[in-house]
Amino acid sequence: MSVEVQHVNKTFGSYKAIEDVSLKVHSGELVALLGPSGSGKTTLLRMIAGLEVPDRPVQSGEGKILFFDQDVATWSVSERQVGFVFQHYALFKHMSVFENIAFGLRVRPRSQRLPKAQIDQRVRELLQLIQLEGFGNRYPLQLSGGQRQRVALARALAIEPKVLLLDEPFGALDAKVRQKLREWLRRLHEQVHTTTILVTHDQEEALEVADRVVVMNHAKIEQIGTPEEVFHNPASEFVIDFLGSVNVFSGRHVEPLSETKTAETKTAGAKTDEAKIYVRPHELQITRESLGFSSISAQIQRIQRAGASAKVFVHTSKEQNVRVDIPIQQFQLLELEVHQQVFITPLHSHVFSPEYTI
Amino acid sequence: MSAKKVTQMRRLPGFGLTLGFTLFYVTLMIVIPIAALLFKASSISMQELVETFKTPRVQASLRLTFGASLLAATINTFFGFIVAWTLVRYRFVGRRLMDSLIDLPFAMPTAVSGIALMAIYAPTGIVGKQFLAWGIKTAISPLGVLIALIFIGFPFAVRTMQPAIEELELEAEQASASLGASRFQTFLRVTLPSLIPAALTGFTLALARALGEYGSVIFIAGNLPMRTEIASLLIVSRLDENDVVGACAIAVVMLAATFVLLLTIQGIQWRIERKTGRN
Repeated sequence: MSVEVQHVNKTFGSYKAIEDVSLKVHSGELVALLGPSGSGKTTLLRMIAGLEVPDRPVQSGEGKILFFDQDVATWSVSERQVGFVFQHYALFKHMSVFENIAFGLRVRPRSQRLPKAQIDQRVRELLQLIQLEGFGNRYPLQLSGGQRQRVALARALAIEPKVLLLDEPFGALDAKVRQKLREWLRRLHEQVHTTTILVTHDQEEALEVADRVVVMNHAKIEQIGTPEEVFHNPASEFVIDFLGSVNVFSGRHVEPLSETKTAETKTAGAKTDEAKIYVRPHELQITRESLGFSSISAQIQRIQRAGASAKVFVHTSKEQNVRVDIPIQQFQLLELEVHQQVFITPLHSHVFSPEYTI
Repeated sequence: MSAKKVTQMRRLPGFGLTLGFTLFYVTLMIVIPIAALLFKASSISMQELVETFKTPRVQASLRLTFGASLLAATINTFFGFIVAWTLVRYRFVGRRLMDSLIDLPFAMPTAVSGIALMAIYAPTGIVGKQFLAWGIKTAISPLGVLIALIFIGFPFAVRTMQPAIEELELEAEQASASLGASRFQTFLRVTLPSLIPAALTGFTLALARALGEYGSVIFIAGNLPMRTEIASLLIVSRLDENDVVGACAIAVVMLAATFVLLLTIQGIQWRIERKTGRN
């Protein structure tokens, strides 16, 4: 079941939450809507679910929400057959886990309702799927956060939704549980293959789980692409900045950088002296000697060794603080120390010329 | 060793002082008066107690008191829910005014309530006249007792359910809708069940208030022995007749029945809470 949003707007009072957004999610795909809070990602998801109504279209072709090429913009939530999972689970506290999962099957009109034995069978299968067999008689408040969210997911899957919509599903959980559930969600998606849209503000989560990532900012889509595309070929300064840490060099470094042979420079727009250069910490090299034009002399301020790569914080001769990530084995060979004078050289960089506004 | 012991003993600061105060207060204000009543009643033999209970007049008054109180609390819980729901969920002109009107029966001296009720429900009053035309006596009848008990118990029902309705999770209702439930199914299966504990509390408070009510009932009830005489009035009239023992006997029976009733409701509530993990 493909989902398509065409030129949709949403305003709350005078606040524009979504501005002319179009998006197509293919059947069976897992797409992440990624952005900071207030970027409109949750509003977009809630509009797809039918929990929020788009602004009235001014022209034809505007404000459409299509499920498999059928316009559902006027359908209610219950008619759209979407599975919606909330950040804070929204489980029915007075019902057991079993009853929570069975809910969607029990409220069907009598003519479409499965016989009781089949409902029981289906709930048992789902309990197995979420690895909570034997928890059917518990109540939501007797479960941990991660367990509750799995129950919420099973409850949504019970109705065999056409689309699964997840609103920051792991946002309220601690780091370890998030990581496990994230991997579990990906495996689950490979099993059930329901078209899934996931909202998150965690770039790692989006890059790890999704087939495609939609980066949103200020009510608009900044970029749509596979995790590799958005990470390695960011379309805008916002995207590169939001997806992981990045060092920003001012325009003064443009000339020597673009002339060096070591730096493969990607440009978006014309190169000018005022361009900003973005270099990720792992795209910088540290050496004792200068490697040429693009090398900048710097002094090591601090070294953080915990992790797969060492994080070296340096202060350049141009009065800039820069972070360099070096794989831990390479770091050990370099024998770096705090206060040492070194050279940093970009191996790869992204250049954006400032946007001219009229 | 000793340090470990200290940390194990430590509770939130102020525990000793506040527990001491609580014990003192509960003893002074509740335990001692009830003990005095029981002490007084202990001079009555079991024989006398049973005799008193067996009198038709006492039985009729107890039946009326408990029957009308239970009915009034039920009615209050039902309508209290509707009113609380309206006040919480909708915004309309006069909402605040209506909200503060709810508390009026709380604050009015019960005798004033009694006179006010009498004025409109008496055979000559505006409402009473109309009902009388249909052959229904609103004053000097068991119905009058019920009306007075509904009047004074109403704020309890509304005020206990209001916060519970305010705290209802909107997302649970949205989840229900996304799972295909109609509005009515959502209301019946998701919204209502989560309000049961609050409704029970409201019911209990309205009931407790009705069982002990005196001032607002005696005017409208007319106090006909065997028909419209409530237990607390019977106690007062026994006292007027200097029959302290008789008064105490009725009081003890009422106390015991009330206690059992409240414990039962508390038990139901405790079971729901244990199941759903609410504290």
